[in-house]
Amino acid sequence: MNFSGLDFVHGCSAIGAGLAMIAGIGPGVGQGIAAGYGASAVGKNPGARSDITSTMLLGQAVAETTGLYGLVVAIILMFVKPFG
Amino acid sequence: MFLTNNIADAFMISGVMKMPFKFLGSEVWLTSSALTTCLITIIILILVIALRKVILNAASNPLKSPTGVQNFLELGIEALGGMGDSVLGDNTSRFINYIGTIFVFILFSNLAGLLGLRAPTADYGVTFLLGIMTFIIVQFQNIKNNKFGAITSLFQPTPVLFPINIIGEFANPLSISLRLFANMLSGVIILGLWYGMLPIFAKIGIPAALHVYCDLFSGAIQTYVFCMLTMVYINDKL
Repeated sequence: MNFSGLDFVHGCSAIGAGLAMIAGIGPGVGQGIAAGYGASAVGKNPGARSDITSTMLLGQAVAETTGLYGLVVAIILMFVKPFG
Repeated sequence: MFLTNNIADAFMISGVMKMPFKFLGSEVWLTSSALTTCLITIIILILVIALRKVILNAASNPLKSPTGVQNFLELGIEALGGMGDSVLGDNTSRFINYIGTIFVFILFSNLAGLLGLRAPTADYGVTFLLGIMTFIIVQFQNIKNNKFGAITSLFQPTPVLFPINIIGEFANPLSISLRLFANMLSGVIILGLWYGMLPIFAKIGIPAALHVYCDLFSGAIQTYVFCMLTMVYINDKL
């Protein structure tokens, strides 16, 4: 089985895409913390439930951004193939 | 690589028609995103013209109690106004038209996945344009309200931070457009892989749950977040 240089580059791109998705850990932890504090806030003050939920969702969506950057890098490596 | 071309076609932007002219030396294609955007615009136009008739009827006899569609419409408008009031306060009326327009457009674009179309917001060309529109409106308000403060604020608190402040200004439209794009693209890819790769029995029932999460839930949340962040950025410069 012969490997050309391009095959090696494509294999390394796939490994890089997998490594880029490690960025998904951070947003997962952050969103979990936000959801936990949101739940405890609803427990303390059930009347403000809708305000708490919208604030929590906004914060979670912003925290998600770094993970999405990793996703974009992974997708570019897999499908756009910038290195060959 | 591992995917054959016809499976990748399920979630990639496809060219529908090649244009007979060239722009700056490169080929011009009519893409699926452009077609879907046109379709969504037509749907919104028809809806708006129909709803305008309802409002005109209601305005001509204000003593009649609202029914059906009018109730629904008032609920939506009040929710939008409440969303604006919570961030912009007294300035809501100046910006709520723009916010409402992009809200309806992004919401319908995100929901296009339910009809089997490729969501136009999963194309970076569309969301980057939305981000640029936000950038222009924010910087216009910045110069209009702060005059020279718009430039001097870049040198606060110390002039050393000028490059960081410039990057910070340009990162805003980039981050909100990338957030919307990546969220919708991940949904499109997951559903494209599910429809393209699995045997027939896995395509019954289960995709409905995926559609509810990726299109309905994620789409609605991202629409809300985009409009909310646009208003927050505008409010910073007032």
